Amino acid sequence: MSHDVFKADSKLPDRLLVALREQGYTTIGPTARDGAIVLDEIHASADLPVGLREDQEAGHYRLQARRDEAVFGHTVGPQSWKRYLFPPNHRLWAAKRSGGSFEIKPQHEADHRLAFIGVRPCELAALEIQDRVFFGEEHVDPHYAALRTRAFIVTVNCAEAAPTCFCGSMGTGPRAEDGYDLALTEILGRGRHEFLVEVGSERGATLLEALELKPAGKDALEAARKKAAELAGSMTRRVETDGLAEALMANLEHPHWAKTAERCLACANCTMVCPTCFCSTVEDVADLSGDHDERWRRWDSCFNSQHSYVHGGNMRPTIRSRYRQWLTHKFAGWIDQFGTSGCVGCGRCITWCPAAIDLTEELAALRGAVTT
Amino acid sequence: MSKKLKVAVWKFASCDGCQLSLLDCEDELLAVADAIEIAYFLEATRATVAGPYDLSIVEGSVTTPHDAQRIVEIRKQSRSLVTIGACATSGGIQALKNFGEVGDFIRTVYASPEFIDTLTTSDPISKHVKVDFELQGCPINKLQLLELVLSAVQGRAPRIPHHSLCVECKRKGVTCTMVARGDTCLGPVTHAGCGALCPSYDRGCFGCYGPMDTPNMAALDHRLADLGASARDRERAFASFYVNAKAYREHRELVTSGKVPESKS
Ligand code: SF4
Ligand code: SF4
Ligand code: SF4
Ligand code: SF4
Repeated sequence: MSHDVFKADSKLPDRLLVALREQGYTTIGPTARDGAIVLDEIHASADLPVGLREDQEAGHYRLQARRDEAVFGHTVGPQSWKRYLFPPNHRLWAAKRSGGSFEIKPQHEADHRLAFIGVRPCELAALEIQDRVFFGEEHVDPHYAALRTRAFIVTVNCAEAAPTCFCGSMGTGPRAEDGYDLALTEILGRGRHEFLVEVGSERGATLLEALELKPAGKDALEAARKKAAELAGSMTRRVETDGLAEALMANLEHPHWAKTAERCLACANCTMVCPTCFCSTVEDVADLSGDHDERWRRWDSCFNSQHSYVHGGNMRPTIRSRYRQWLTHKFAGWIDQFGTSGCVGCGRCITWCPAAIDLTEELAALRGAVTT
Repeated sequence: MSKKLKVAVWKFASCDGCQLSLLDCEDELLAVADAIEIAYFLEATRATVAGPYDLSIVEGSVTTPHDAQRIVEIRKQSRSLVTIGACATSGGIQALKNFGEVGDFIRTVYASPEFIDTLTTSDPISKHVKVDFELQGCPINKLQLLELVLSAVQGRAPRIPHHSLCVECKRKGVTCTMVARGDTCLGPVTHAGCGALCPSYDRGCFGCYGPMDTPNMAALDHRLADLGASARDRERAFASFYVNAKAYREHRELVTSGKVPESKS
């Protein structure tokens, strides 16, 4: 794949939206609603969070006005793209009783094609992780696969990071080198408002043809890479990933787990907002006649006690055991299971934890020597 | 289904809101009537059929000596007994009286206090008899009530999640009022079931579904204190529909006794 790079003016977002919609895509992107930047269908650049940024800290999030008109001057909000590919409530099939037997009606995914506008590099990494989970090996989730393979990805590289971001440590951002159809870098300053557009796929190249953009010089790409490296190095939140999995598994009885459990609400917010968490529960919903049945899949979490209920009892009755499950699975178990850490450093679980628990601090404490 | 399930619906001290949820299931009512025989349900019909019953659905709390006897009789007549709503599962908002002097209330409210025969507490049904399942909520969610009836018809455990309300917010895509606004929200310790009604309308959760299965009261209290809620506000936040639920009650005692620090920072 050629790595073509183009330059575009500030009308690019609108032109892209028009081009994608003309091709039949439903365009999904960030939009400001109820005091946060959430994901929804967007029709024009006016729907995007122009001139907004977020103030993010552990357990704290507020929208703020920027001093410029940046279209993508925010980072990541409470929602992630998993809501579209792995919906929170999803019917898997319906069944009808007929005679002494029953008929299963499989759920066909709507034929719509989704275009995701503004996928951050960390989120792109999260999509790739969920790909391994949902159609990595022989067990393919047809619902996820159908939506994912059709989805058109417009990545936006980050010019600024939130204080909660730590993609620099996880090697997932703030710039994406591949995995997208198109990648944008927004450039603002000294009266300029431009975009650098990188092509990552044939689909992306085809879409751009109609836009007739001018090629960008080589130096533009180099400048973008340099800025990204600087941003990665300047992030204040960090996770030391070297030897982390081993350290966690060696410290399963570390007294710090109990300290965290005193603060943890077992509310499950962290797992719900995490773009890679994939746990679900399956519910059969029959009507009173017993003639119709539907099977639904819903987001679930290792923090919910019923999630670890097996015949006769609960395997993780304490919040300590549930918090430990979440952190060790994310940073150690995933590596064995999927060949990758389960964390991309997006910081959502830090911001959206109502108890303001910061996993970067927890990890640092848990790999430290046991002090008694 | 060869034989219809014989069901009775009983009322104790309550507002009737929960029982009415059953009548509110308009679309499903015919199917309900097909699947069960309603043997006793004064809210819906005057006709009554004598026990025993396969399933008793009990609304309301026990507040009088007469109630205390009646629930024992009902239990004897019921193969399975489930309670519905904040009153039946915790004592309800009327359990506020448990924390005051009942004699004072009676003298203030009634012209002839000598005719009033009441217990000093408003009790959950489970304090008097064995209960097979408690469906929380004020009022309960009618779909969960249907699920409860359905599970009895099908002879299986009801599928009612006992996790926090936060899960419902996140599935629904509701932005957290606590994180994005700094509101007091009881959602992280509250039982799911309402569909995150209050957070959907920019209000913190009031806890009207009562405690979740493993509520970490102290953790929420610390955080609310950090967000600026006074000890009095934090205590009062739990003094409503589920005031007498064990987790809420014990926590209020801690806060009022000053054992919970004002703020951790
Ligand atoms: S973690 Fe990195 S890639 Fe993700 S939003 Fe923050 S800066 Fe961007
Ligand atoms: S664990 Fe937290 S920081 Fe890591 S990917 Fe999940 S939400 Fe983002
Ligand atoms: S870490 Fe925070 S968000 Fe996660 S379950 Fe505990 S309190 Fe909730
Ligand atoms: S608004 Fe309340 S219930 Fe909803 S996620 Fe936030 S803390 Fe939980």
